[in-house]
Amino acid sequence: MGEERNDMVETALEPAPTFRLEEARHAILPLVLRGVCFEADGQRLIDGLSFQLRAGPRTMVLGPNGSGKSLTLRLCHGLLDPSAGTLGWHGSEGEGVPGDQGGNGGAAQVRARQAMVFQRPVLLRRSVLDNVTYALSLRRNAKVSREMIRIRAQQALERTGLAELAHRQARVLSGGEQQRLALARAWATEPEVLFLDEPTANLDPAASRAVEGIIAAIHAGGTKIVMTTHDLGQARRMADEVLFMHRGRLLEAAPADSFFNAPHSPEARAFLAGELLW
Amino acid sequence: MNEILAAFWHALGLLAGGDPELLEIVGLTLRVSLTAVALAAALALPLGGALALFRFPGRGALVVLLNALMGLPPVVVGLGVYLLLSRSGPLGGLGLLFTPTGMIVAQVVLVLPIVAALARQVVEDLWVEYEEQLRSLGAGPGRALWTLLWDGRHSLFTAVLAGFGRASAEVGAVLIVGGNIAHVTRVMTTAIALETSRGDLALALGLGMVLVTLSVAVNGAAFFLRDWSRLRHG
Repeated sequence: MGEERNDMVETALEPAPTFRLEEARHAILPLVLRGVCFEADGQRLIDGLSFQLRAGPRTMVLGPNGSGKSLTLRLCHGLLDPSAGTLGWHGSEGEGVPGDQGGNGGAAQVRARQAMVFQRPVLLRRSVLDNVTYALSLRRNAKVSREMIRIRAQQALERTGLAELAHRQARVLSGGEQQRLALARAWATEPEVLFLDEPTANLDPAASRAVEGIIAAIHAGGTKIVMTTHDLGQARRMADEVLFMHRGRLLEAAPADSFFNAPHSPEARAFLAGELLW
Repeated sequence: MNEILAAFWHALGLLAGGDPELLEIVGLTLRVSLTAVALAAALALPLGGALALFRFPGRGALVVLLNALMGLPPVVVGLGVYLLLSRSGPLGGLGLLFTPTGMIVAQVVLVLPIVAALARQVVEDLWVEYEEQLRSLGAGPGRALWTLLWDGRHSLFTAVLAGFGRASAEVGAVLIVGGNIAHVTRVMTTAIALETSRGDLALALGLGMVLVTLSVAVNGAAFFLRDWSRLRHG
């Protein structure tokens, strides 16, 4: 398929567009989790998670396979509802997670300020550009014209090095291009929080670097980054703070430096030494 | 054997010469079946999609019923619609019995479950893949439904073609509801049945060839469309 382009980092640093899709935007961070549990088929997969996600630092969620990293991201993003505990945005603790009902005001507004990029991006069977305008049209208010949406989508494609592919079918792009398009789609909505679940797990090193560059640019634009990865090198490059999970429990929440240099738990030490596999 | 061969050559002659009776019958068949399929698809695609996406009490039973209705015998459908449309029936006042419109009604009943059941399957499979992404993007159930129907358009078109295959090939429903009246409600299948029993093998064979060609063309189109779509849209 198409070859990877490596000029992402440069194009990615262009200034963000000046107009906004919604008018009044109040901050939804911090997100506070208290004793969040998640069970499926009688098995407790997430056990008593309590932590806080503040605006600013890039948070890497680390842990071996099956530690619950992806579930944690989905609970935070509201794709799953906790079976116990509370999860509240901006002090609205106890009011539950924004569900999938697009209709009711508060939850939908909180949802509209977040975006998520998955390990395997799901692109729609339409053009690259239309994949971005689709996402934008879902959250536009009545005052935003189609033309503005198109311009905004075009800008997102330029910033991710996809402008020349705008009219290609999204599903026939290479793996790296597809993931960049997923990032462009998320970026175009100007989220306050961006969740990324192993965004480079299926990509070669060059495509991974391109994705890391885009994530850095999104963060530079003021978006909170919450990301899972099993790539320790990537975690060291990107983390400002680390949440370390093991078997559904949060074992450490620490600034990146102290986590990588002086982990407290034996599990984290084993994980960093490459000895803890699950 | 000679008789059959002679009928075969005669049939080719009718086709090549554009015999008006034959053309009239083919024309009516296409009009009735295409209209029925278009109406059935307009109802069945959203219905099948909704059945795939929404959870409500009785959904399981409805899915089983729909799958069972896929194999509904055309004569039974014909009988049911006949009873509805007959002069003493609840819709008798509409005067649709023995008219092309009545035949369209019968074929809609016949085709709708097929397209709806296939559409449910297609949309349900797509939903497994798309659910998290669409919910994350903030698409409500209604928007998700249209998105999935659009993204499944090529598989769904095949489902609609399957519906057309059923409509154009059945005899029972159109025979009972239409009455096989010459120049009014005579379609290919009912004409073949009648002409064969009357001994006019040439017209029956000619119509049979058109019907087979149509069915091969429809299935060929479905095959190439799938191939093309996989290449183009991934």
